[in-house]
Amino acid sequence: MTDRTDTKLKVGLAQMLCGGVILDVTTKEEARIAEDAGAIAVMALERVPSDIRKEGGVARMADVERIAAIMETVTIPVMAKARIGHFAEAEILQELGVDFIDESEVLTPADNAYHIDKSRFRVPFVCGARSLGEALRRIGEGAALLRTKGEAGTGDVSEAVRHLRKIHGELRALCAAPREELMTRAKELGVPFELAASVREAGRLPVPNFAAGGIATPADAALAMALGAEAIFVGSGVFKSDAPAKTAAAIVKATAQFGDAGVVMAAARESGRAMAGISASELPSAELLQARGD
Amino acid sequence: MRAPSIGVLALQGDVEPHARMLARAGAGCPVRLVRNRADLDQVTHLVLPGGESTTLARLLALFDLSRTLVARHRAGTLALFGTCAGTILLANELGLLDVDIERNAYGRQLDSFRAPLALSFVAAPRTIEGVFIRAPRITRIGASVRVLASHDGDPVLVEAPGVVAATFHPELTGDADVHARFLELPTTETAEKATA
Repeated sequence: MTDRTDTKLKVGLAQMLCGGVILDVTTKEEARIAEDAGAIAVMALERVPSDIRKEGGVARMADVERIAAIMETVTIPVMAKARIGHFAEAEILQELGVDFIDESEVLTPADNAYHIDKSRFRVPFVCGARSLGEALRRIGEGAALLRTKGEAGTGDVSEAVRHLRKIHGELRALCAAPREELMTRAKELGVPFELAASVREAGRLPVPNFAAGGIATPADAALAMALGAEAIFVGSGVFKSDAPAKTAAAIVKATAQFGDAGVVMAAARESGRAMAGISASELPSAELLQARGD
Repeated sequence: MRAPSIGVLALQGDVEPHARMLARAGAGCPVRLVRNRADLDQVTHLVLPGGESTTLARLLALFDLSRTLVARHRAGTLALFGTCAGTILLANELGLLDVDIERNAYGRQLDSFRAPLALSFVAAPRTIEGVFIRAPRITRIGASVRVLASHDGDPVLVEAPGVVAATFHPELTGDADVHARFLELPTTETAEKATA
């Protein structure tokens, strides 16, 4: 009688996260700080993106015991990252019972050609996207939630901004296009005709789109929300700041009231000092995480 | 005295699906997104959406909305509709719904489910779809609370004076009946208008 596998439950959870902040955490202590600060969910991982960038090596799904300890510590949803294309990691995470899987370019891709067939999983997936075509390909594979890729681990918000503007710009163009252009536009976007047609009909994406990659301050969060992001992922920005609890609470506050400059200003005053950061435009192209998967 | 004015608490949660469903249920006016006390003063009917109850409770306190919300409801000028986390807020944070409620009572996301629910209050009794996402469970109801729908013996849709509350998400389905029920709740101000 009950149905536990369908899209409505997966996208439904994504919709419940709107307006909130999802924080990267590596320990149960960090998870507790995140929950107390008002995070709507935590992302369990082995190393935050700025450390992955600094230390290099192969970045894999986090240790199962580490994720389990975080799940036991907090009552909010727990997400965890799997490598692009690594469906065996994803199956482990589903068996463990995480609430969301991030098929993430921040980890070292396991498959340089294909993403996970997310539609066969009962657990919902979030994927990164830089353009409307990439967003719709991930939805076609079964993603229940999108996020910008941005450039993780930099503390530089500019790439997340670029991806938000590009996705929304391409969405506006698709929705305004006359019907006879639809097939050619679907071909140019590299997406199924029916999916492009349904998006044009609805006037919006069928799943929420959050901002991720380089968000480090309350003002960054407010900027991304004002540009149409429906929630915020913060990776290195909180636990690489000088006062994580304060920074987390301040970003939560600014995200909830992003349109009220008085609130965002108060949040900025209450925040810890932001991570140092590196300019994404100065990174050699081989070091760009966002180029993984398309 | 005043026409109903409909709002959705827009601090965190599935605000847009509620706004769309209220429009379908015949809200008859733009749905206001309520983020501060000035917004709250403008509405006679307020939805507390689904989201994370720990986050929402924190934000209600942070932006000092709880006291105004409770005072206006007690004065009879604010009708409330909670779904999922919103129902937890009504019961545990605001004390405006006399039920005991257990968070995440069915388990994690993998235990989320859909199930048909029989609605008794509509003119022609019928079944709607219940979408339960990391849902809470009502374990006791007070004398002022009436059950409108149940699942496996547990109340999942309840009503009390000035309140409708669900542990599932009627905003995520095609049925506007529950939202319509909420819009019919009278407040002292809208009732005066109706009898004037």
